[in-house]
Amino acid sequence: MAHVVPTDVPDTGPPAPEQQRRGLAGYLLLTPGSLWLALFFLVPTVTLVATSLYDPAGSLELGYEMTGHIQNYPDAIADFWPQIQRSLVYALIATVVCIVLGYPLAYAIAFKAGRFKTILLVAVIAPFFTSFLVRTLAWQYLLGDTEWFVSFLRWLPFTGADLQLINTPFAVVAGLSYNFLPFFVLPLYASLEKMDHRLLEAASDLYASPARGFLKVTLPLSMPGVVAGTLLTFIPAAGDYINAELLGSPNTRMVGNEIQDLFYAGDYPTASALSVALMVTIVVMVAVYVWRAGTDELV
Amino acid sequence: MRAVTDWIARHLVLMIGLLVLLYMLTPVFVVVLMSFNQPAGRNTYTFDGFTLDNWTSLCEPYQLCSSVRLSLEIGLLATVIATLLGTLMAFAMVRHRFRGRGAANVFIFLPMATPEIVMGSSLLALFVNAGLAGKLGFWTIFVAHVMFCLSFVVVTVKARLAGMDPRLEQAAADLYANEWQTFWRVSFPLVFPGILAAALLSFSLSFDDFIITNLNAGQQVTFPMFVWGANTKGIPMQINVIGTIMFAIALVVVVVGEFGSRRRSRALA
Repeated sequence: MAHVVPTDVPDTGPPAPEQQRRGLAGYLLLTPGSLWLALFFLVPTVTLVATSLYDPAGSLELGYEMTGHIQNYPDAIADFWPQIQRSLVYALIATVVCIVLGYPLAYAIAFKAGRFKTILLVAVIAPFFTSFLVRTLAWQYLLGDTEWFVSFLRWLPFTGADLQLINTPFAVVAGLSYNFLPFFVLPLYASLEKMDHRLLEAASDLYASPARGFLKVTLPLSMPGVVAGTLLTFIPAAGDYINAELLGSPNTRMVGNEIQDLFYAGDYPTASALSVALMVTIVVMVAVYVWRAGTDELV
Repeated sequence: MRAVTDWIARHLVLMIGLLVLLYMLTPVFVVVLMSFNQPAGRNTYTFDGFTLDNWTSLCEPYQLCSSVRLSLEIGLLATVIATLLGTLMAFAMVRHRFRGRGAANVFIFLPMATPEIVMGSSLLALFVNAGLAGKLGFWTIFVAHVMFCLSFVVVTVKARLAGMDPRLEQAAADLYANEWQTFWRVSFPLVFPGILAAALLSFSLSFDDFIITNLNAGQQVTFPMFVWGANTKGIPMQINVIGTIMFAIALVVVVVGEFGSRRRSRALA
């Protein structure tokens, strides 16, 4: 999976070997950060798996008993099947929307913006700082029943007068797409930006039309960016519950909402089992996706 | 007519791109607008009239300013530590050869590929199992934030380092600079824009994080948690003032940083 690391420069590997130092120094530099990740990422993940096997009869006050209660998994999945499905479907749609909206934007910034490149890039990153939740509340307002956008849609002949956006799956997916769009645009921009323009010139010298040049040269070369961007969009979207909570209704709850509530209710074993199930599902989907992208398009 | 359609065809991608950008910035406009809003009632989030009250009575809503202070403190501290540790890791990954590089790469990527709710719940499971359930607060939030910022720092600094010519460092060594001097006089200034970008990114990730924080904060309330709580009780317009201020500060930092790096690269050229 290392080759999908969404660096600005996909891991082109080390410079020529003689320019790299060997020996202990590398390990020394790596140690503090790795320790932090090991202690607060790896160990917790193991703890989470352990917690998912506790006897659900226990409680936070009385303590839990480790009984290898594997039944937590089928129980959690059966109870929250609709939410799991919903999370994956919403995240998939949001990712597709991000590709459709984000590709032209990244392309425009990389190739068409000229000296305005930096300004446009800043404009992509800037919304980050207005705070995720505050922006999502702004969407709550924009999609609200009394606002001009909905009024306008209701006025259109082909929509009903009782059209509603807020508290619908549409609003949740729109929120997800909006919030994770920069995570798609930035890695894609980075991989487009590095592209050697002479390849496109070569294509047109060989009588490729601009469209064909795009399909045969630009698109394949930008695939690492697309893969990195879709992962950085799909994964957080599948686990998100803020959009479902602020823009949706009880019928649009996602798996994140349930995990959060289960932890609050003190049902740690079920919450952990659901978390692990979500993680495993995502890892499998990502592995298949990267493998497909790697064998079919990246070559 | 032909000229018009040609022009449109040539600039179509740019226009679509600008439309998408407009879509991305729309909520920001709403936030700025709402910071001047005088709502008719407590629970309404509609624009009813212009006022500066929200700006002058910024700290009036209970806990708002203390939550912002907490978020700033954690954000700054987590950014310093994550940037430091992450930069060291990036140097190791790009400039050193050792066994297990591939594994280290995957290890650094994993936190970015894990949904926040999973990371948050595993940390909570760890803290609870370690008997820290009653001690959740500043330090548990800090630990979590450094953890999820680290990978983003490594990736950002690594990209900058990988694009840097290692021969510059060799040249310094040839001119009898010792390793320490080479690092501070050559490597560090060249990587600095990458480090700055990484720090900005980690601050924004930390300041903005809700899902992981909410699970591990105990009784503490960060700014995103305040907004979340306010959503059920009636949203004070002052949160939009905070959003606007953060946006303005970020713009200034980015613009200054950009001009700085342009000057530097001109000086190097």
